[in-house]
Amino acid sequence: MDALLHQILAGLATGGIYASLALALVMIYQATHLVNFAQGEMAMFTTYIAWSLINAGVPYWPAFFLTIGLAFVLGVVIERVVIRPVERAPVLAVVVVFIALLLILNSITGWIYSYTIKTFPSPFPSQPIFGRYLSPHEFGAILVTLVVLALLYAFFRFTPLGLAMRAAAQNPESSRLVGIRVGWMLALGWGLAAAVGAIAGMMVAPIVYLDPNMMGGVLLYAFAAALVGGIDNPMGAVIGGFLVGVLENVLGAFVIGNELKLSVALVIIIGVLLVKPSGFFGRVQVTRV
Amino acid sequence: MVTVTILLLVVACVLPFIVSNYRTFQLTLVLVYAIALLGLNILTGYNGQISLGHGAFYALGAYCAAILMDRFGVPYWATIPVAAAVCLVAGFLFGLPALRLEGLYLALATFALGVAMPQLLKYHLLEKWTGGVQGIVIVKPAAPFGLSLNPDQWLYFFTLAITLLMFILAWNLLRGRIGRALIAIRDQHIAAEAMGIHNALYKSLAFGVSAMYTGIAGALGAVAVQFVAPDSFNIFLSIVFLVGIVVGGLASISGALYGAFFIQFIPNIADEISKAAPWAIFGAFMIGFVYLMPTGVAGAVRLLTARRRAP
Repeated sequence: MDALLHQILAGLATGGIYASLALALVMIYQATHLVNFAQGEMAMFTTYIAWSLINAGVPYWPAFFLTIGLAFVLGVVIERVVIRPVERAPVLAVVVVFIALLLILNSITGWIYSYTIKTFPSPFPSQPIFGRYLSPHEFGAILVTLVVLALLYAFFRFTPLGLAMRAAAQNPESSRLVGIRVGWMLALGWGLAAAVGAIAGMMVAPIVYLDPNMMGGVLLYAFAAALVGGIDNPMGAVIGGFLVGVLENVLGAFVIGNELKLSVALVIIIGVLLVKPSGFFGRVQVTRV
Repeated sequence: MVTVTILLLVVACVLPFIVSNYRTFQLTLVLVYAIALLGLNILTGYNGQISLGHGAFYALGAYCAAILMDRFGVPYWATIPVAAAVCLVAGFLFGLPALRLEGLYLALATFALGVAMPQLLKYHLLEKWTGGVQGIVIVKPAAPFGLSLNPDQWLYFFTLAITLLMFILAWNLLRGRIGRALIAIRDQHIAAEAMGIHNALYKSLAFGVSAMYTGIAGALGAVAVQFVAPDSFNIFLSIVFLVGIVVGGLASISGALYGAFFIQFIPNIADEISKAAPWAIFGAFMIGFVYLMPTGVAGAVRLLTARRRAP
């Protein structure tokens, strides 16, 4: 029982990180109906920026917020420069561009920082405060996820800009008529998603260590999380993230062993797509023939 | 067209006698990749189903060949049809659930397959056959019938023969009734259905045949490299295949060859700059081709020859 509780709590902690990345995926999906395969690499790249800043002597929290700002700019620039030209292209072209982005970010990071594994500091104290169940970093990661979720909710619900972004995503034509610059709203959405991804990267780096391929597995779980929650529902993505995290840890510890953890994500993804493609909280897609 | 093909064949037959053994080995790999790319192109180019996980089927074919040769003493040539059959069935079965997934979602599901594959191959219950992380080392076959070829040259000609066979089969498949049905499903699946094309059957068959091609390539690749290990079949292998068909040309048979040359030789050249350079170049080429030349090298060649004919 004790061991189970421990696994569930640890699962919630990693689930929080999946939830953040899933949130980033959902934000881009909502705005453009695209699934960003490069989201994980964008997060990884920005985490390396944070690492450089910290190594250059910047204290953790300023570096943290500076990185979020830079990630936002990176997201906007990528949307403007790379994604814009294929906005109306067939799905295959878009997927190819995303994969290209994944390759480029991955190799540039490898080029600049080399492929050796680096440690990344955690901002939270190292001595346990909750006994042996939950390390402070795990607790902190959960807390950060929830804060991010609350902030995003407030932004989209209570600010004019958030309202404009929601409008642009839901009905681009009408939004344009009332004077919303839809193109820029999409770019802002990409920026926000990159910023949320950067937070996920900085939270996961102390656990999995920093290396250009660190996000491969995390991205897969984030996909699974986003699908479980319904790919068009931010709240669902967060719940899905926690769910996938717990499932992964519990199954990994007691049922199938650590070796097949990634396959859990594979099974979840295919299972959800087959049984309930809209996820638990998503809207059912209706297409007119 | 015919003269060009014959000329190419003559060059292909002469090449292994002029270049070094290592180059011959590289050319063998080009042929192997060409088969794999042709397989992926049948699925993605002709049928419009995006797969980001074809490395998994390549791995399946490679492991079939390696396990049969290493554990059961089956000769290398006999492993090819077995790998083909196994991958055909596996691809068909994976294609069944994939029927319900379109575009982006299929890309997601196959991406997950590609990422999870190395872990599945390392699984400890399968270690008896797969050799776990260490993988399997296999012996390079020597030329039979007392032919005075060294193993590299023999393997090259063996692969060349199979490549030819696979290309002719694909040519027949894609230019006929089935090929037209696949293209119709890609372009307008509802209209295709209305014309009496069994969408579900054709789509899952396309998946099966595509996986079979890639599996044959995997088996040949394993024999040529003489080694299989889980980590050589990671997600980047699947991505390399995607790069190959985008650069070579989607929905084009000859495109598979151009793509194969590209993915085999560009990393060799780029490696001298940096370990990361090949991937950056791949990425840049992918974006460049999508923006500027969506039909790939094959499309450009087609355009050039058409221009020369019509003055």
